[in-house]
Parts: sequence; C-alpha cells; structure tokens
Amino acid sequence: MATRVCIVGVGESEFGDMPDRSALQLHQQAARAALQEAGLRPGDVDALFSCGADGMHPLLVAEYLGLRPTYVDGTQVGGASWEFFVEHAVGALEAGLCEVALLVYGNTARSDVRRRLHGPEGAHSARGPAQFEAPFGLTLAGRYALVARRHMHEYGTTARQLAAVAVAANRWAQLNPRAFHHGHPLTVEAALASRMIADPLREADCCLRTDGGGAVVLTTAERARDLRCRPVHVLGTGEAVSHLHLAQWHDMPDLVARRSGQRAFGRAGIAPNDVDVLAVYDAFTILVLLTLEALGFCEPGASGPFVESGALGPGGALPTNTDGGGLASNHPGMRGLFLLIEAARQLRGECGPRQVPDARIAVCNGTGGYLSACGTVVLGA
Amino acid sequence: MMRGGPPAAHLPVIDPETAAFWAGARDHRFLVRHCNACGRKHFYPRHYCPHCWSENCEWRPSSGRGRLYSYTVIHETDVPAFRERLPYIVALVDLEEGVRVVSNVVECTPEIVHVGMPVEVVFEHLSDEITLPQFRPRQS
Repeated sequence: MATRVCIVGVGESEFGDMPDRSALQLHQQAARAALQEAGLRPGDVDALFSCGADGMHPLLVAEYLGLRPTYVDGTQVGGASWEFFVEHAVGALEAGLCEVALLVYGNTARSDVRRRLHGPEGAHSARGPAQFEAPFGLTLAGRYALVARRHMHEYGTTARQLAAVAVAANRWAQLNPRAFHHGHPLTVEAALASRMIADPLREADCCLRTDGGGAVVLTTAERARDLRCRPVHVLGTGEAVSHLHLAQWHDMPDLVARRSGQRAFGRAGIAPNDVDVLAVYDAFTILVLLTLEALGFCEPGASGPFVESGALGPGGALPTNTDGGGLASNHPGMRGLFLLIEAARQLRGECGPRQVPDARIAVCNGTGGYLSACGTVVLGA
Repeated sequence: MMRGGPPAAHLPVIDPETAAFWAGARDHRFLVRHCNACGRKHFYPRHYCPHCWSENCEWRPSSGRGRLYSYTVIHETDVPAFRERLPYIVALVDLEEGVRVVSNVVECTPEIVHVGMPVEVVFEHLSDEITLPQFRPRQS
C-alpha cells in the first residue's frame, strides 16, 4: 500500500560557481523556494532533515534558518541521506509525530576547493579500520575504479559503455539551461579521450563539483489538499547499507540498491517496467550501471549493452537523470536531494524541452559513502 | 613504484585491536584473525568474530599469497606525497585464507597487472613502528 505522504514543494538555490555565497545561505535560498512553492511559511515547519560534513549539522541549520523543529533527523550516509530522510519522514508523518517536513541541503564544494578549505578528496583518517586503507593512496575515484574494473572482468563491460552513460547525461544537460554543462556537448570519442583519473575511469566518468543547495517539503496527503502545489505522492521507500570500507563489500559489485529497491518497489506495488523516469546517483558512470542492475532494470552484467543502446538519453527507453545528473548538471558535494527535485518536476510536467511525455511513475535511487548505502524512493504523479 | 611510504597523515594509527597485526608486520608476517568457534577468518582485525560474534579468536599467520580481485592504476591524486609516485597500482587482494585486503601492487607495471594475477606479500619498512605490507607478482 502506497504511503499517505506527498512532496508539496521543491526548490533550489542559485547554483554552479558561486564564490561569494556561503553554504548556509544556499540552504536558506533553497528552503525559501520550496516553502513558497508549497504555500507554507517557515513557521509551519515542525520537522527538519539535514546533514553535512560537520557534526550537529541539523542544529546549525535550524538555528541559521530560525526554525524550532520538534522532530529532527541528521542521518549521515553520504549522498543517499536524502532518500533515507524521505523514508524517515514518511514514518514520522504517518505516525503523526510531525506535519510539515523540510529536507534541506547546501554546499559550496566547488568554491571551497578554490579557497583551499579542503582538497578535492577531503581529509582521510588513518584511524580505526581506515588504517588498513589509507596508507595505500586509494582515492575516491580509485574506489569506483576498483568496482568498474571488476565489473569489466566479470561481464565484459567496456570503457565505451561507461562513456555512453556520460554522453546520455550530457545530452539531457543540453535541454536544461541550468545544467553546468549546458552548451558543452560531449561525444563518446571525446569522453574516451579525456584524461585518465583512475584506470579505467576518465575525467568524463567523474561527476562535477559545483556549488548549490536544494530543499524538499513533505506533508500528509490530507494536509496537501489545502496547499497550493500539485502534490507528488510518495508511493514507496526503502533503505539499506552494506559496508563502509571497500574490502568489506563482500557481494561487490552487487549494489545494496537491490535490497532498498525491493522494499521500495514492494511498498509501491510497482515493477521496473512501470517506471517512466529514473533518477540515480551518478558520482561516477559505473554507479549508474550497478544501479540499473541492482534495481532490476537489467540482469547482472546486462547494463553495459543497455546503456550503449541509448536507453538513458532523451527519447530512450528509460529516461534517466533528465536534468543532466551529477555528471553534467550539478553535484554540490552530495546530490541525493536533487534526484527528488528533478523527479517531482517531471511528474508535475514542468520540465519543458526535457519533459518526459506522460510521466506517471518516477524512481529515485541515492547512493552514499563508497557504494555503501542506498535509499530508493518511488514517486507517483 | 610506491617507495618511500605514505605521507604522515596517512600512516596507520595503531590501536589495541591492531597492535598485534603491526607487530607481525614488523617481523614480516601477515597476520589474520581466526575464530576458534566457527573456524572462519576475518580481516581487518577485530577483537571478536564478525561472522558468529564469538570472542574466542586468535591470530594466525597467512601464507601471504593471493590473487587480485580487482585493481586500479591511480593517475591523479591531490595528496602531494602520493602524487610523486604516480602512476601507482591499488588493488583488492584475496588472500588464500579467504580474506580481502586493500594494498599496493609493487614491482609491477600497469601493462601487466590484471584481475586474477597471483601475488605475494612483501614488506616495506617505513619507521620503527610501521612496516607496510604490499604485494608483488608471483609465479602461480
């Protein structure tokens, strides 16, 4: 049975390259836009869901936004956190613990590197279990490269197939004026010629680093009836985690979205072939392949030929990351919230040249950590 | 490739659960944890068995032999000390004892490294405290 919860507002801050904005400012810009869409005031928010790199992030955000919420969740599982938050908000709203839930995020990931606040890789500790990983120079891209190489070995996946994922995202970005790579088309040949980062992953296989913020407002279907915005229904949710350190991922490369997806699809009562629009975390191209297989859109090993057929791009069989995704639109540190925003806009039919005709069912799959955590959300128009 | 050790911030911080492992590495032994209750091994070392939660575990030397489950050749990093060694190989190594570890493959070039490659442990002395286990190709 579908949940009784709806998305009633989504919003984004300015984004791209904004050296003169603070991360908290981007939180506020996005929250204001989402609440305006819903026709709600800040004082209506009684539940806050947010996380960032710092501890006690929800306290910082509540204070900065002038909110006094009575339900708070700061789950931090990386980029999947916002799909986890939807599941937690559904539970809290259905239990009557809160009425208006605000999910909000902001980050100046791009400008912070320029300001030398942190390197592109951030800081890695060599304490605890990390003492068996940190000494060997394994980068973030290197982690995904290990998975990509294994997938290639097991299934014959090719670099050209990975490039097809980047090209599909880029084609969507050409239809989205707000996308970072709008006006910068990419070909498979150019992707394959981009510089090697961590073999087999090249620059074109890696997501962007942008500044930006996003927000989503959820409430009950009953409350949604009185609001301004056309509601998007949360049909089902699921979450699951498998590991933190890559050597502990015993069923690699089978992404834990297999479990979160089964739970979400089960509650929504849908199957993969019911899905009109897909939004998946695409930190690196290989993650899209793993997600397609884990959610059941492809058999294990069949995702490479599937994406090479053009299935993910405009006019394809499975329109995916229609805003351009993290590969070509925006990726401010963590991207999970932006999957929900684009999916909601597609289901409301607001996407202009990139609109998927008659989009009724959308699936969002966030992945966080080092392919560690997955949250799946099924949305319905 | 990968000589001179990682930068100080990336050196292992030894703790009570791992002290015996690093003591073994100083003696050029790669130790893994063995559970006397269920008979399975695990790595990274914990005080208990993550398979059955028994606390009846002991250290056992591994053969130091394994095969590459996967590998990557790192071409870019923002860590200066690692940057000096580019390109270098990071791998997931499946040891014969059935545990998987992250390490470097040394004495090897990007042209010959491959999934399934047989490797054996070698030890790089970094300091009085830290001797780092790494792997090199071996005849199968």
